[in-house]
Amino acid sequence: MQDQTEARLRRIRGLVPPKRHDARTVAALTSNPGCARRAVLDAAGVDKERLARQVGFPSSFGQSPFAIVRGNVFEKRVTEDECVELLQLLREDLGIDLPVVSYADLSSTDRTGDTSTDRADEMLRARYAGSRSRLFQAIVDARGGGASLFMHPLLRMPVGGRPVYLEPDLVAVQRGGSLQVIEIKSFPVIDGQADGAKAAAAAIQAAVYVLALRRMLGRPELVSDDVVLVCPKDFSNTPVATRVDVRRQILVLEHQLARLTSIDQLLETLPAELTFRMADRRDGAVAESVIKLTEALGHLPARYVPGCLSVCDMAFFCRQEAVGCTAALGVGVREQLGGVETVAEALGLADGTVAPTEHQTEAATTLRTIVRAYTSALDLSGKPRRRRGAE
Amino acid sequence: MSAIHAYARARACASGSATPVATVRHVHLSERPLVFVPLTLAGEANAPLAAMVGTDPDRPALLVVPQPRNRDLRFGFAAELADILLPYVDSFAVAAGEATDGAERPDGPLSEDAPQVLVPNPGGVEFARLFGRSTRFRRTQGEYAVKPSVPLLGRWLTFFAECAEHPGSSMMLAATDALTLHWATGQSAVEDANLAVLMGWLAPPPGTTGAQAARLAGKNPAKYPPAGPATDPRFDKDKLVPAIAAYDNAVAAPDTSDSADSAALRRSAISQLESVLRELLEPTWKLMWQAIALLRGLPGGASVAGRWESDRARFAGFHEYLAEGGPPQARRDGAVAAARRLNRLEQAQAALEAERAFDDPLVMADHRISGEAFAGTVVAVDRDRRIRNGSGKGRLVTRPLVTVRTEDPVGLADGTKVIATARRRQDCYIHAVDRQGDHVLVTVEARSGMGRNSTPAPGSVPKEGDTLCYSSVLADRVRSLNLPDVSATPWTHGGPPTPYEPNTDDAGEAWE
Repeated sequence: MQDQTEARLRRIRGLVPPKRHDARTVAALTSNPGCARRAVLDAAGVDKERLARQVGFPSSFGQSPFAIVRGNVFEKRVTEDECVELLQLLREDLGIDLPVVSYADLSSTDRTGDTSTDRADEMLRARYAGSRSRLFQAIVDARGGGASLFMHPLLRMPVGGRPVYLEPDLVAVQRGGSLQVIEIKSFPVIDGQADGAKAAAAAIQAAVYVLALRRMLGRPELVSDDVVLVCPKDFSNTPVATRVDVRRQILVLEHQLARLTSIDQLLETLPAELTFRMADRRDGAVAESVIKLTEALGHLPARYVPGCLSVCDMAFFCRQEAVGCTAALGVGVREQLGGVETVAEALGLADGTVAPTEHQTEAATTLRTIVRAYTSALDLSGKPRRRRGAE
Repeated sequence: MSAIHAYARARACASGSATPVATVRHVHLSERPLVFVPLTLAGEANAPLAAMVGTDPDRPALLVVPQPRNRDLRFGFAAELADILLPYVDSFAVAAGEATDGAERPDGPLSEDAPQVLVPNPGGVEFARLFGRSTRFRRTQGEYAVKPSVPLLGRWLTFFAECAEHPGSSMMLAATDALTLHWATGQSAVEDANLAVLMGWLAPPPGTTGAQAARLAGKNPAKYPPAGPATDPRFDKDKLVPAIAAYDNAVAAPDTSDSADSAALRRSAISQLESVLRELLEPTWKLMWQAIALLRGLPGGASVAGRWESDRARFAGFHEYLAEGGPPQARRDGAVAAARRLNRLEQAQAALEAERAFDDPLVMADHRISGEAFAGTVVAVDRDRRIRNGSGKGRLVTRPLVTVRTEDPVGLADGTKVIATARRRQDCYIHAVDRQGDHVLVTVEARSGMGRNSTPAPGSVPKEGDTLCYSSVLADRVRSLNLPDVSATPWTHGGPPTPYEPNTDDAGEAWE
């Protein structure tokens, strides 16, 4: 069964190495868990960025080279000399019990750039096994009074029935055996406050690591509900460590991961020959490929909301598809319009040209109230109903 | 998202052009606003990269930081910005004591007019807040000295950014916020945050619909660059990285005997950077003035002048505070100060909501849909009703009853205070709500605004056939909190805070 799913996903992906999930994409799954399109593309490891480009709706993500440089400089500063500065922060500012620490850098040592599926898989499995046994050993040692700090350990967690590898920046094993996830972020904390959106994204990503650690260890109580975010302080490059309680994020994640329709079920409803194999630029078959890819995407129902624009590579494609849907105007708009699916339907119900179905009667009443209030307000102000294009 | 706004979005989406959600202008627009379009360097903590600023649409000043990671250059930028902003602020004279109309004004100084800073989006306000934060504590002497204008600029920027948080203040406005307060587009709020796309909907070029113009603007970030403060990563990679590198090389070039050469090299690198950044900022600069023109086209709401007067008082007060040598605003408020500020903001929010609804039937429409207000025709009046005050034991008082027939979904409980838009001085209370199938009969009891006689003054009570709109969304919804004195801050809130004293740590704070 597992092999069958595997083969199926490989076909969907089309003979290229898979794009892997990471904490960001897992966190993104929770923001729109009902989207089958993303669930299948992510499970199969399709390169969504490339796919979006091929079908003519390139995403506009990307990090400025300046941001990358600054991020690297900061991470290097925090982790240099076996994290000596960081350890001091953790001990003094946060009171984390890390006396003499054994430090290990478990980062990938693969510099070959080999991305062939089998070899990459093998490497990941080996790294994961190594990290896992080091962490277990550290917990045992911690009972005897030792403490450890691991940089870039590799964790694994099933998402939608498929294993996903995750790499937190740092995991500390405190004396007594409790674990602490530590993430280094380069957005500043100014007078104790960080940018809300960035802090929220960092918290949910860190929560993914907490959950993965808990599932890997099978001992949830060992991993702290708090994560530590290490950010530049004020306008400087000096690190400041802040505890962030991610209990709420963990609850959300657990809930969403549990209700992620398992991939097998999704695959059953799809045509057997479905594939997103992308044409190589050189083979001149791009035009044909676009039609095929667009058609293939049509088999995967998307659930577009404006929030997708900031998280998903496919967002522009899906937005184009969703033109005329109330949800494309905002989740709040859709709710205010009585949950009616399309704009045309909502306006029809509002002006009485569309007869409501049985479960639309309430929505229709709301919409008629809105339209009455709107038009009477414009009458009161003596304004024309339609604004002319302003000069 | 209000119901009216949601419906207006749906209509805009169907028709392809923007739909009004206001019939009057709810913000004040100065005759002479200062437009400020700041840009930051990606990845850094609010490091300024460039800004276009000025009061004349045809002659913007372009400020550029050739190497944003250089601390001295950042303070140089701050000083240049101060040279524009401070004279602008000072041009609004403050007269202490009384107002121009000679009326007594016990609340302190007032200015005849006040400055207004307009930024493209909420990110621009945030830039001002953080740039104010990073400059207001700086010292002008000794180690890390900066120009005297720099900390002053920081205080003003902080002041403007704080005003921007104050509901109803127009001292610092984000164009996208001001525009979406008045028009709905056929796209989501996420997309409205992009000024170029939003303006596509609101002011499409002749021959195109709003939807088409917006799509065009969204697809082409090179021609319609983001309005900042963040720049497009592709722009950074393709244009900014090489331009800044060229400057760095020019600076690092060995100072050979021919120093004129290296100076020329540096000048050319800077002018190259300037042209790259001017190209990036100009479209937004133009859009800002277009946005201003668009908003000016709307008639001002009745309560806008009153709110601007509060802004003038706030400006004059702060001007005086600085003139008296007041220290920079603290990094963080103490518990009592924070609670007070929050209470003030909540009160201002409630007052603003009430005023906007009374000014504008389209805003009131939202309250009618939510059941907090209703409009209809008077069908019965008991004009001479008199009852005993108190619980039936006091003296006789005039309490007319007015019954309004409405089709609105009234959701008001008996005893709720309501006021009619056309009769602002008459407090009424819901007496009875009688639901009758497709309409509702609401009876309200008038309690004031009828004169002193035993029978109501002529015209002071509505007549049958009058069309009225009563609202329960009133300014006094949020009460003033009875907060302790700062010196009596309870221990649960950390006890009395130590008063803020500017210190050398703040002045010498790293900015790297």
